Amino acid sequence: MYKIIAKKELAPKIVKFKVLAPKVAIKAKPGHFLIVRVDEQAERIPLTIADYNRKEGNVTIIVQEVGYSSKEICALEEGDSFLDLVGPLGEHIETENYNKVVCVAGGLGAAPLYPKAKSLVGEGTDIISILGARTEELVILEDDFDEISNQLYISTDDGSKGHQGFVTDVLKDILEDNDDIDLVIAIGPMIMMKFVSELTKEYGVNTMVSLNSLMVDGTGMCGGCRVTVGGETKFACVDGPAFDGHLVDFDEQLRRQKFYNEHEKLADGHSIGGEGCRVKRN
Amino acid sequence: MSKETKKTKMPEQNPKERISNFDEVTLGYSAEDAINEAKRCLQCKNPLCMQGCPVEIDIPDFIALVAEGKFAEAAQKIKEKNNLPAICGRVCPQEEQCEQKCIVGIKNEPVAIGRLERFVADYVRDTEVIEGVMKQEKGKVAIVGAGPAGLTAAADLAKVGYQVTIFEAFHEAGGVLTYGIPEFRLPKEIVKDEVDKIKQLGVEIKLNHVIGKIKRVDELFEDGYDAVFVGTGAGLPRFLGLEGENLNGVYSANEFLTRVNLMKAYRFPEYKTPVYVGKRVAVIGAGNVAMDAARTALRLGAEESMIVYRRAREQMPARAEEIHHAEAEGIKFKLLNNPTKILGDENGFVTGMECIKMELGEPDDSGRRRPVPIEDSEWIMDVDTVIMAIGQSPNPILLKDSPEIETTDWGTILADDRTGKTSKEGVFAGGDTVTGAATVIQAMGAGKRAARAIDEYIQGSNK
Ligand SMILES: Cc1cc2nc3c(=O)[nH]c(=O)nc-3n(C[C@H](O)[C@H](O)[C@H](O)COP(=O)(O)OP(=O)(O)OC[C@H]3O[C@@H](n4cnc5c(N)ncnc54)[C@H](O)[C@@H]3O)c2cc1C
Ligand SMILES: Cc1cc2nc3c(=O)[nH]c(=O)nc-3n(C[C@H](O)[C@H](O)[C@H](O)COP(=O)(O)OP(=O)(O)OC[C@H]3O[C@@H](n4cnc5c(N)ncnc54)[C@H](O)[C@@H]3O)c2cc1C
Ligand code: SF4
Ligand code: SF4
Ligand code: FES
Repeated sequence: MYKIIAKKELAPKIVKFKVLAPKVAIKAKPGHFLIVRVDEQAERIPLTIADYNRKEGNVTIIVQEVGYSSKEICALEEGDSFLDLVGPLGEHIETENYNKVVCVAGGLGAAPLYPKAKSLVGEGTDIISILGARTEELVILEDDFDEISNQLYISTDDGSKGHQGFVTDVLKDILEDNDDIDLVIAIGPMIMMKFVSELTKEYGVNTMVSLNSLMVDGTGMCGGCRVTVGGETKFACVDGPAFDGHLVDFDEQLRRQKFYNEHEKLADGHSIGGEGCRVKRN
Repeated sequence: MSKETKKTKMPEQNPKERISNFDEVTLGYSAEDAINEAKRCLQCKNPLCMQGCPVEIDIPDFIALVAEGKFAEAAQKIKEKNNLPAICGRVCPQEEQCEQKCIVGIKNEPVAIGRLERFVADYVRDTEVIEGVMKQEKGKVAIVGAGPAGLTAAADLAKVGYQVTIFEAFHEAGGVLTYGIPEFRLPKEIVKDEVDKIKQLGVEIKLNHVIGKIKRVDELFEDGYDAVFVGTGAGLPRFLGLEGENLNGVYSANEFLTRVNLMKAYRFPEYKTPVYVGKRVAVIGAGNVAMDAARTALRLGAEESMIVYRRAREQMPARAEEIHHAEAEGIKFKLLNNPTKILGDENGFVTGMECIKMELGEPDDSGRRRPVPIEDSEWIMDVDTVIMAIGQSPNPILLKDSPEIETTDWGTILADDRTGKTSKEGVFAGGDTVTGAATVIQAMGAGKRAARAIDEYIQGSNK
């Protein structure tokens, strides 16, 4: 069992947890994720390691309620435990040898982005951060990013805070004004990563994205997380989740994420007896 | 001795009924059936059957005890050598192992050794008590992977006095027994029960530990383990590289079966992991894995579930019994057909599969007649789900962090067949990760041989 030692609501439906997992904390690096299971009936849910404290032996995860399983996780309280927690999974990312990096977060993407940004700063990199969200109250980790960024921009779809519009608008201005950007890291909804990558391609700036494909095991044994990168099939859980944004087939990923939409509604409704299922229940 | 020429029949669920449940298909012998079958054994002085059993079960002795109705003692006899008898009795390809060598089999049907083993193991399941744990003072051994290879090595080492820890990546032990082979062939309760008995021998199982990630092999030695056994299986799924292979509705058999078995998607939404099964399912391949996937799809509500295979019927690698069960349940066989393309709609869901017809040409290196495509014979199969069951390779996670462990071009670990010794000092390996996808009993045999070699290695280096 993996105990939750702190819980904090960062925004409506976005919760931060600190979980005791000393052995995972020792090995965690930026880019890694873990998989949790709440109880015996639960799905295996991949979540980015948003921060880690090796001395205290804990890892931080930030979870957004989007469907049944994430809701179940967000309902856990301090003192509750996850039944299972496995990690660190995925390939970590290297944060050395960059001078100037733009970090672009879409909504919850700020969480997986944070450890990477922090590590870059630790290596002496200047960072410019853009936090985008639908509306002001969904902007998360603003103070954390403020602390480590040379410049911080906020953009909201409805203009309730910062620039009104999309993160790509702000990014375009930055790319116009700076010709010394080594790398753009973009993490957020698939569609946002797609548009960021299209934009940076025009400017010829290297771009890293982090994919949140559907996963089961997270160790390369099911192939459910397949993604086409540069024409080749990769497994996001072991070859990624970070990839070169200019090579990812985002349209395929957008389709694959919708695979289970109908099923998720059923799980949410808790009804028994899947449609078309021949298995009788007693 | 009885004069029966045929094996005593084992009752099974009616095919019409069983396709609407996940309960076990075969129902096992009664005590009377078992005694009758045991009496068919000739109690050979030189029992050839034993040569066919990789874990060296004393077959005539246990069968003699069954014939006398001494079932508990028969179980003891088996357990001296085999820690997973209820599992082996169900999934061992006996026709290629012990039963193939049985002398009775020359003229008649061989003695049903596997069915007897299953009967005995089931008979004592709830009554058996594991004798006190051995003192664990001979040394510490780390086992990576809780599949049949790792479990066997662990049990054998614990029995001779080692402190053994198994590290398993998943949240449950068992390997393919748990995530791959379906409930209707191998109930998970039985796997759990046999794993529990191995724990009672003093073996510790640490779940959710991916070696190569949470710890490297080298770090296990730093933690004080004297030897490491790698039994990580062959879990990496292969795909064909076809156009459309990443459409929604195309699965690897691993993903499909893991969702259903390990995550219990067949009880969705009580269990929260979904699985999508359309109305018409094509499974590519014709091994045991393919049969399991096709039969599982049927039980999940597919109207039609088909095996698509590029060779002919005689060349299907699955066990005869599994093909027979599949056929009885209504699985269709589209033989001499090779998929060339998977078709989808604008939302990215599978709508069909293009296949090309094949014919058998000249024999290839393996002596099997090679299938060759018939020109311009492409046709479109109307399916909405495609499951790839064309084989697996070893998972490279552990090896990535231990490049000193040498591998073959196929990605399998190079290990001595007799001892499991690898190129890295103190590291032994066995099972599918060495042989590529094989069988439960072969993996167990490898675990057993490695346990013996590890004992010798540690005792030798302690001197
Ligand atoms: C490597 C990795 C890291 C991740 N890190 C985080 C994290 O730090 N915090 C966090 O909150 N989430 C993270 N996710 C996404 C998280 O795993 C999903 O939100 C979760 O699985 C959804 O489960 P659910 O049952 O609540 O929602 P569902 O009921 O399954 O889905 C609800 C909606 O969300 C969409 N959805 C489902 N799965 C995903 C997914 N994997 N990614 C994006 N959308 C999805 C569905 O299409 C649907 O529209 C990560 C995913 C991966 C693969
Ligand atoms: C669907 C299916 C049906 C089959 N049917 C039969 C049958 O009827 N009869 C038969 O004899 N054989 C059958 N087989 C084959 C048989 O199951 C395998 O040959 C056997 O399980 C191999 O055992 P193993 O111990 O080598 O590996 P596995 O059973 O694969 O176990 C390996 C274990 O190691 C774990 N692992 C992997 N990497 C790591 C890591 N880095 N760290 C920690 N843990 C790790 C895995 O999670 C897994 O639990 C079938 C296989 C499949 C897939
Ligand atoms: S373990 Fe397998 S090979 Fe050995 S006796 Fe039992 S069924 Fe036969
Ligand atoms: S070979 Fe057949 S008949 Fe002879 S001992 Fe073995 S099982 Fe009995
Ligand atoms: S999640 Fe199964 S292979 Fe990536």
